[in-house]
Amino acid sequence: MSIKKIHKEQPETFIFNDKSMEAANKIVSNYPDGKQQSAVMALLYIAQRQNDNWIPLQAMKYIAKFLDMPYIKVYEVATFYSMYNLSPVGKYFFQVCTTTPCMLRGAYDLVKVCKNKISEKENMLSDDGKISWMEVECLGACVNAPMMQVNEDYYEDLNDKKLEEIIETIYQNKIPKPGSYSGRINAEPVNNRKTLLGNKNA
Amino acid sequence: MLKDEDRIFQNLYNDSGADIESAKLRNDWNGTKEILEKGREWIINEVKSSELRGRGGAGFPTGLKWSFAPKEVGSRPHYLVINADESEPGTCKDRDILRFEPHKLIEGCLIASYAVNAHKCYIYIRGEYFNEGQKLQTAIDEAYKNNLIGKNAINSGWDLDIYIHYGAGAYICGEETALLESLEGKKGQPRLKPPFPALIGLYGCPTIINNVETVAAVPTILRRGAKWFSSLGRAKNTGTKIYCISGNVNNPCNVEEEMGVPLKELIENHAGGVVGGWDNLKAVIPGGSSMPMLPKEICDNMKMDFDACVENKTGLGTAGIVVINNDQDIIKCMARIARFYKHESCGQCTPCREGSGWMWRMLERMAAGEATPDEVDMLFDVTKQIEGHTICAFGEGSSWPVQGLIRHFKDEILERNKFDPVVKKNKNIPYLVDQHLLEKENA
Repeated sequence: MSIKKIHKEQPETFIFNDKSMEAANKIVSNYPDGKQQSAVMALLYIAQRQNDNWIPLQAMKYIAKFLDMPYIKVYEVATFYSMYNLSPVGKYFFQVCTTTPCMLRGAYDLVKVCKNKISEKENMLSDDGKISWMEVECLGACVNAPMMQVNEDYYEDLNDKKLEEIIETIYQNKIPKPGSYSGRINAEPVNNRKTLLGNKNA
Repeated sequence: MLKDEDRIFQNLYNDSGADIESAKLRNDWNGTKEILEKGREWIINEVKSSELRGRGGAGFPTGLKWSFAPKEVGSRPHYLVINADESEPGTCKDRDILRFEPHKLIEGCLIASYAVNAHKCYIYIRGEYFNEGQKLQTAIDEAYKNNLIGKNAINSGWDLDIYIHYGAGAYICGEETALLESLEGKKGQPRLKPPFPALIGLYGCPTIINNVETVAAVPTILRRGAKWFSSLGRAKNTGTKIYCISGNVNNPCNVEEEMGVPLKELIENHAGGVVGGWDNLKAVIPGGSSMPMLPKEICDNMKMDFDACVENKTGLGTAGIVVINNDQDIIKCMARIARFYKHESCGQCTPCREGSGWMWRMLERMAAGEATPDEVDMLFDVTKQIEGHTICAFGEGSSWPVQGLIRHFKDEILERNKFDPVVKKNKNIPYLVDQHLLEKENA
């Protein structure tokens, strides 16, 4: 279980905007009648996207009413799962994987760069308020280690130099290109491919 | 080495695109209707005789699992749930299937849901795989458009709807009953078994849960025949498997190989060898972080399939191979895995919730050389207190790797941890005598 901090300053109200409402109704229709509670995870995610990447308490209350379920059940879900941010994060939210497969290939070098270039501590905003970072557990791209996630995109096969470049690019108001940074495609072995060669040349 | 034409996932490296046209060129959706027309019995028997075992870690025979679903649909509808909550450290095979072979998965969903009488299929994808989920959604939309799924799918008379459900970053939701809880919109805390999900699962209805790789392999097995599949590998460990090789190797990669391929061949041939050469190998975690690690002596002659792994007191798990070489601190590596389990424990059962933290803290101290020699045995005892005393297999998953470390590297831990808090100055110290009194002769 992870520790979740509720932000001190909470907005007074929260309602879905039109885009979120449309998405929410579509999600609810995926589940059988009377089982609308299943949509709570997706709805929390929609609320998080609408509200600059974090979920205020009012949004949980709103979703509880929306799905006709007790507020505490929504609160339980929001605090159980690690992807819901209950406090504001940067516009670019760096999640650096440091679990063993990434650690073996130098994930803690990336953490060092984050400490130097973004903020001393996890979950603190950078000086210009754009980026925040945190260590996370395995993101499921171990073959492309070390890697990190920025918002929804994976940045793979990194090292300290490449991460510095990525951070600089963001400071210059550009969006860095997601994917592998070692020049390889997906999860194939670099320069050592021995399988499915017929497909490669086709 | 496995011949290229025997590989199921021809587009593992995305050479030709994941869209439906390219997928059809790879033989997907070829003769699916004829397969369905052969009937439920035939499909389940064919999967049974192919001896396909679940690829999600436990290795349960798939055909047998399907046969547990009630033969007739009663008052409650049946569900098929696909487990794409891939979070085991060292594993990233399902991600490539979702990205590059989504049509194999969708076709497998159609066949599997027909076999178990389900009209609704939920695919539970971990929340971090947002982009992969979007790619799968595109493929699902294509399939609806071409009437491959939906009402009267491929004119077989069978209706099937497929929905994607995103998780939100909880490892425990890879456990099948926790996954169902999560699908129902609750905290992902595992349920007691029995009742098994095949009878009482999602919303209390019969539910069959399969891993992505298992279901995606089914269409190819049925097209090419159970005989072909069972001719690969050896009895009870048949077919092919995607191995993910990560850690200290020169070319970390995903590769599909025959079951029972030697571990050394996988590492040397496909992953470009251990960094610093084979002699620089320290240990290998063969099946994702929850399986005990193996030292080099065993790795030299180890074969990679379910039963061979069990013979060596480990498990194939998800076949996420993590290679650790001599440049690494093995105790530190294990301590980091223990931290992962401490973080991901759902908190439902006390032995796991508290024990995972204990193991992590003890291992951190052992890595720093601050533990006493007796603590190694105490740590082993803690793992024994967790194992088997929890609702789900997370307890085993967190304690087995620690047991593996102690089994194979106890000497190294003892070497580093000589700290002893009891003052031993070779003095004959009687009970309850203050130390300072002993230092003074006339006291």
